[in-house]
Amino acid sequence: MNIHEYQAKEILKSFGVAVPNGQLAWTADQAVGAAKELGGSIWVVKAQIHAGGRGKVGGVRICKSLGDVNKAAGALLGSVLVTKQTGAGGKEVGKVYIEEGLDIAREFYLSLLVDREQACISFVASPAGGMDIEEVAATQPEKIQTFPIRDIQAYDTSKMAMFLGLDGGAVAQFDSLVRKLYQMFVAQDAAMLELNPLVLTNSGDLVALDAKFVVDDNALYRQEGISAMRDLSEEDPREIEAAKFGLNYIQLDGNIACMVNGAGLAMATMDMIHMKGSEPANFLDVGGGVTIPAVTEAFKLLFSDQHVKAVLVNIFGGIVRCDIIAQGLLEAIKTHPMNVPVVMRLVGTNEEVGQALVKGAGLNVYWADDLDEAASIAVKVIA
Amino acid sequence: MSVLLDKNTRVICQGFTGKQGTFHSEQMLAYGTNLVGGVTPKKGRQTHLAKPVFDTVADAVKEEGAEASVIFVPPRFAAAAIVEAANAGLKLIVCITEGIPVLDMLKVKATLKNSHTVLIGPNCPGIITPGEAKIGIMPAHIHKPGRVGVISRSGTLTYEAVDQLTKTGLGQSTCIGMGGDPIHGMDFIDALKLFEADEQTEGVVMIGEIGGADEEHAAAFIKHHISKPVTAFIAGATAPTGKRMGHAGAIISGGKGTADAKYTALAAAGVAIEHNPTLLGERMLEMLR
Repeated sequence: MNIHEYQAKEILKSFGVAVPNGQLAWTADQAVGAAKELGGSIWVVKAQIHAGGRGKVGGVRICKSLGDVNKAAGALLGSVLVTKQTGAGGKEVGKVYIEEGLDIAREFYLSLLVDREQACISFVASPAGGMDIEEVAATQPEKIQTFPIRDIQAYDTSKMAMFLGLDGGAVAQFDSLVRKLYQMFVAQDAAMLELNPLVLTNSGDLVALDAKFVVDDNALYRQEGISAMRDLSEEDPREIEAAKFGLNYIQLDGNIACMVNGAGLAMATMDMIHMKGSEPANFLDVGGGVTIPAVTEAFKLLFSDQHVKAVLVNIFGGIVRCDIIAQGLLEAIKTHPMNVPVVMRLVGTNEEVGQALVKGAGLNVYWADDLDEAASIAVKVIA
Repeated sequence: MSVLLDKNTRVICQGFTGKQGTFHSEQMLAYGTNLVGGVTPKKGRQTHLAKPVFDTVADAVKEEGAEASVIFVPPRFAAAAIVEAANAGLKLIVCITEGIPVLDMLKVKATLKNSHTVLIGPNCPGIITPGEAKIGIMPAHIHKPGRVGVISRSGTLTYEAVDQLTKTGLGQSTCIGMGGDPIHGMDFIDALKLFEADEQTEGVVMIGEIGGADEEHAAAFIKHHISKPVTAFIAGATAPTGKRMGHAGAIISGGKGTADAKYTALAAAGVAIEHNPTLLGERMLEMLR
C-alpha cells in the first residue's frame, strides 16, 4: 500500500529524521494561509498523489510570493496529473502540501528496500539526487550503489557517506540518519522507503526533501497507524470492490476480460490474449478458496466494464471447483445480463457438473478445451 | 528415484486440526503420503484423522520420527512455525501459507542459512513425487510417475504443465512449487541441482514469472552445470510495470524483472524458451525423443 508524501514525512519526523516544515491544504486559500504560517519568502507547493514523476509534469511548484502560492495551488487542485507512474488516465489532485523553501547545497538519492537477491534490507544510494533514478541507472550506472545491511555497523554508514561524497559534520549526521531510516523501515514494515532527494542545506543539515513510503500489504494487520493513512480516492474503485470479495483484480487497457484461478495462470492468460493479437482488459485471480458470491461479484465486475468486448474464463480446477464458477455465472446474469460473448475453458475438479450447469441455462457460451483455443476464440469473436 | 520426497518420508502437518490442515491432510493420506501426525499447540495428546496430535514439532520428532512438515498456519504465526520446524531438525519444510510479512521471512532466511533444512515456499502448492507421496495442495490425479522434473513459481500454471506432461505420456519425476513470494526458500538453482543428479529425471520444465532475478540466476547456472534439456515459460509478458500481479513477488520495479529479460537470459543459456504455455509438454516430448 502507498501513502502520501506528507504522511511519509510525518512518520520520518516521528523517527527523528529532519523534514521541511509543511502543511496540507485542500483549497488555494488554505494554501496561502499555510504559507503565511510557515513564514519565510519561498515556498514549495506539491501535489499529493500516489505516483512519482510529479516534478516533471508541473506537480511541484516553487513560489516566491503568496500570490504565487495562491496561483500554484489553484492550478494544481482539481487538475489531473499524468506522470510516467500514473498510467494514461492520470490522477486528480485533491490536496497540496505547502513546504518552506530550503537553501540547498547538494542533492542525493537514498532508498531502502527488501533485497530479494541478498535476502536482507539494502540501501541504494546515489550522489545524483533529485533525478529520475531509473534514468541514472541507465545512463550513469557508476553513480548508483547498493549496500546490503544485515546489522548496521559504523563502517556501513561511512562507506555510504564516502560514496555520496559527504565530509565533515555531515558524516556523523548521515550515520545517525541511516540508523533512523533502518529503524523506521523495520518498525513500520516498509516494503520501500525512498528519499529523492535527500538534501544537504547550506547550513549543513541533511533533510528529507521528498519521501516515498510503501508498506508491505502482508503486514498491515500489525500497522494500524499506516492502515489508517490509506487514501481510497487514490485507488481504482474496481480494484477496491474486487478486494472486498478476496479477488485479486487489476484494471488494464485492453478489451478481453479474463477470469482465472491462480496468479501465474492469470498472467499466462493475459499473455496468450496478447499473443493471439488482442489485449487483456484486466488481471483477475479468483484465488483458491473462492465462493459463489465472490465469483458472482467477479462476473458482475467484468460484465459492467464498458471497455469489455468479450470475457474469457480460464479455470483449471484443483481446489477451485468448476461448479462454483458456473453457479457464480448463473447468479451474476440475474442482475447483469451477459451482453458480450463469453468463452469458457472450464476443466478440472467437477468439470462435468460445472459445464452442465452453464449448458443447461441455455447461455451463448463458446467452449474451449485449452487456453490456446480459448484465447483464439476470444480474439476471433471480437474481430 | 525422485527428489526430496518419497513414500517413506515421515511427514507431519503444522496447523493440523484447522480447516485447511484437515482437508489437505486427508487428501495427502489418501494419496499415500506417510503422514504420521500433526502439530497444533495446546491440542497435544489428542487424535485427529486417526493420527496423533502434538503440541510441538520437537515432540513429533521424538515420538514419530518426523522428517518433513507441511505448514497451514495463519500468516502471522507462520514464520515462527517454520523456525520451530527447522530448529526441531526437520530436513524438509513446505509452507503453504500465503501472506507472511516479508520482514518475517528475512528473519526466517537468516535462521535457515546455517541449517540443513530445505524450505519450499511460502505461498506455494508444495511438492509431489507422483505415485509415491505429496506434501501440499496440488490436485494429485493429474500427475503420473515419469521422466520430467517440474519447478515453478506458480500453482495453477504448474498444473497446466503437469497435465500436458501426463497427456504426452512423459509423466513427472517430482514437481516442486517454489511459491510466489519475493523472499522464499528453495529456488530454481536448488531444484535444478537435484534434478540433474536424479537418475529418473531426464528433462526439466521451468515456470517462472515477472519480478526478481531468480530466472536470470538459473540461466547462468544452467549454462555451466545442467546437461539435461530444459524448457521454460515466463508468465507476465503483458503485465504492467509497478503493479503486484497477485503474487507478492510478481512485480516489475525500476524496469527490472521483466519477462523479456528473463527469456533472453534463458535462451542465451541454451534453454528451450516457450512463449505459449500450452506447448510445454510437446516441447519436452520433442527434446526427449
